[in-house]
Amino acid sequence: MHLDHEHTVFPQRHTWAGPTARPDGSRRALRIGLGGPVGSGKTATVAALCRALRDELSIAVVTNDIYTREDADFLLRNAVLPPERIAAVETGACPHTAIRDDISANLEAVEELEDTVGPLDLVLVESGGDNLTATFSKGLADAQVFVIDVAGGDDIPRKGGPGVTTADLLVVNKTDLAPYVGSDLGRMARDARRQRGELPVVFTSLVAENGVAPVAEWVRARLAAWAAVPA
Amino acid sequence: MSGVHATARITAVPDGRGGTALPELAGEGPIALRRTRSADERAARVTVVGAMTAPLGGDRLAVHVTAAPGAVLHVDAAAATVALPGRGGERARYEVRLTVGEDAELHWLPEPLIAAEGSDLLMTTTAELAPGARLVLREEQILGRAGERPGRLTTRLTVRIGGRPLLDQELSFGPGAAGWAGPAVLHTYRAAGQLLVVDPAFEEKPAEARVPVRDAEQGESVLTPLAGPAALLTAVAPDGLCLRRLLSASVAP
Amino acid sequence: MNRAALLLLADGRFPAGGHAHSGGAEAAVTAGRITGPGTLEDFCRGRVHTTGLVAAALAAAAAAGADPLALDEAADARTPSPALRQTARRLGRQMMRAARTAWPSPGLDALATARPRGAHQPVVLGVTARSAGLTPPDAAHAAAYEAVTGPATAAVRLLSLDPFAVTAVLARLAPDLDEVAARAADAAHRCLTEGTGALPAASAPLLDVYAEAHAGRPVRLFAS
Ligand SMILES: Nc1nc2c(ncn2[C@@H]2O[C@H](COP(=O)(O)OP(=O)(O)OP(=O)(O)O)[C@@H](O)[C@H]2O)c(=O)[nH]1
Ligand SMILES: [Mg+2]
Repeated sequence: MHLDHEHTVFPQRHTWAGPTARPDGSRRALRIGLGGPVGSGKTATVAALCRALRDELSIAVVTNDIYTREDADFLLRNAVLPPERIAAVETGACPHTAIRDDISANLEAVEELEDTVGPLDLVLVESGGDNLTATFSKGLADAQVFVIDVAGGDDIPRKGGPGVTTADLLVVNKTDLAPYVGSDLGRMARDARRQRGELPVVFTSLVAENGVAPVAEWVRARLAAWAAVPA
Repeated sequence: MSGVHATARITAVPDGRGGTALPELAGEGPIALRRTRSADERAARVTVVGAMTAPLGGDRLAVHVTAAPGAVLHVDAAAATVALPGRGGERARYEVRLTVGEDAELHWLPEPLIAAEGSDLLMTTTAELAPGARLVLREEQILGRAGERPGRLTTRLTVRIGGRPLLDQELSFGPGAAGWAGPAVLHTYRAAGQLLVVDPAFEEKPAEARVPVRDAEQGESVLTPLAGPAALLTAVAPDGLCLRRLLSASVAP
Repeated sequence: MNRAALLLLADGRFPAGGHAHSGGAEAAVTAGRITGPGTLEDFCRGRVHTTGLVAAALAAAAAAGADPLALDEAADARTPSPALRQTARRLGRQMMRAARTAWPSPGLDALATARPRGAHQPVVLGVTARSAGLTPPDAAHAAAYEAVTGPATAAVRLLSLDPFAVTAVLARLAPDLDEVAARAADAAHRCLTEGTGALPAASAPLLDVYAEAHAGRPVRLFAS
């Protein structure tokens, strides 16, 4: 619904997460980070994206679980990708450290996937559920998606924070629950616009048929921009 | 120079009839050697006897064992070795040197080494294996006799295959050693040991790491495949009996 | 003298992946053996005088210019636990990434090429120290320091320990770290003429038990 912003978004970002080529000269995968509070629907978004895009793209996923392999196991159980395309990184009680301050384990996991199942078009990196300040290092993710949900309170966009304010895409998920939790979607959209200016916001309900479509469209646009960058 | 200096030597060679001969079997000083009956007809068996009171501080004892290519040699001991304090408070040294040739097999299964209170011993075991050699080696250390504090003991076990390091492990405890009684090293356990099995069959099929026993009454052990054709069972236990039980687990390839 | 580079290398914020590892502390906490600052201190003292000493000596030897591949092999022989070998190589690979950006050098490039899946972390640490113009004792100090700060930081998170009390534990361990670093540097010096057999091989049986038990546990906060 808010995808009209994408061309205005892209020119702002001319930095990519490190070199665009792999050591052997081939183009590396576009890396998209998904962050957001616990339970907002990051894994559900990853799963739905894989289902929507796996026939047209070569995809792999890195999960950052906090103390279990639950996210990786969920993806495996639901067979959204073959197991060799899913890697789990352990984060030592500090999910934001692994995606922002010390990204070495995540980078290693990404490289490992490119080496074993590559070439890849897209790597989705799911952060462990964290607080509103958790963002991905530009050294790890080329673009980041921040996933919040309507059940976490409709004042989250107003509160802002680095995730809500600076993510390349803000996803407000679980719109199907809005009537039950008394969240005002219009207010959330207005607040998000105020915090984010031109940066895009999409509203999703992943329980709905093809509910991930707006996110998938945004990912396709990023991939097109990525492909246009000279390697 | 004070203390006893003695080197015992054993050399085993194939006897040409499917068995193993012992062209050299030479005890010295406190280390006496006996050829004993082996259940395995390929093997020669030697039992180390009479090492009971040695080593005292200042002693320098050594055992050199060679299993020539194709030989099968089993060495065990009649009793535990007790490290005791010497007169001058000097450190004792005990050196075991094992050489195992191609297709040879050595079982080195001594009884426990007990570090009596006040003793100070450096025990080194070095095994040089040819590629294709087999080795079964057990080491057990007991921290003092019943009811006493442990003496100072440092044991170093070095195993090389074809000159390249396979395993290098040292354990130090007793007065002057640091940190050993803490929860990273021995905690409250009074006995520690290892069973090492080197076998070319592990090349194809490495052992699987596991933690077979873990309980404060019986002790704890862990089986680990090494970065070569070998598996190591490491155990710590409240006493020598429990330790032996843990080290009797099967490590065969 | 290149003291600032040493501070940078030893800083827990140096992005080399260490934050996700507890150095056996999580397993020791689970076993009920680290419960507070006192038992944490005992744990750290044991660790630094055993595997910490070995790591410090490997790092010092690499910093002194010993052949890193021979050191890597010596590290394997001193690490019977496959979980710990894997952890050491993973952390080595992660440190290599940070090191090649911070202090690029042909020595680091050569090691990265020879061990694309990672050399043992202390070896990489030593080669990194060399690239940063640090001495073998510097490298030994960094490795010894890391041997206790990893478990200490993890214990703070796992047990919600008072961070001041834990810092006091580390301060009390400082003389142990100095002693270990000195022994390690001395052994590294001998390694140059006598080979890797001159390096210490101090082991900690319970750390090996913890490592394999932890590796098999589905629910955990730290990778090792
Ligand atoms: N009703 C509804 N439930 C959803 C939606 N999206 C996800 N869920 C559910 O919300 C719960 C949490 O979703 P996850 O995808 O696991 O959330 P997460 O952000 O990955 O959670 P952590 O990784 O634990 O931080 C699951 O039970 C999902 O089925 C949605 O759009 N509507
Ligand atoms: Mg999740």
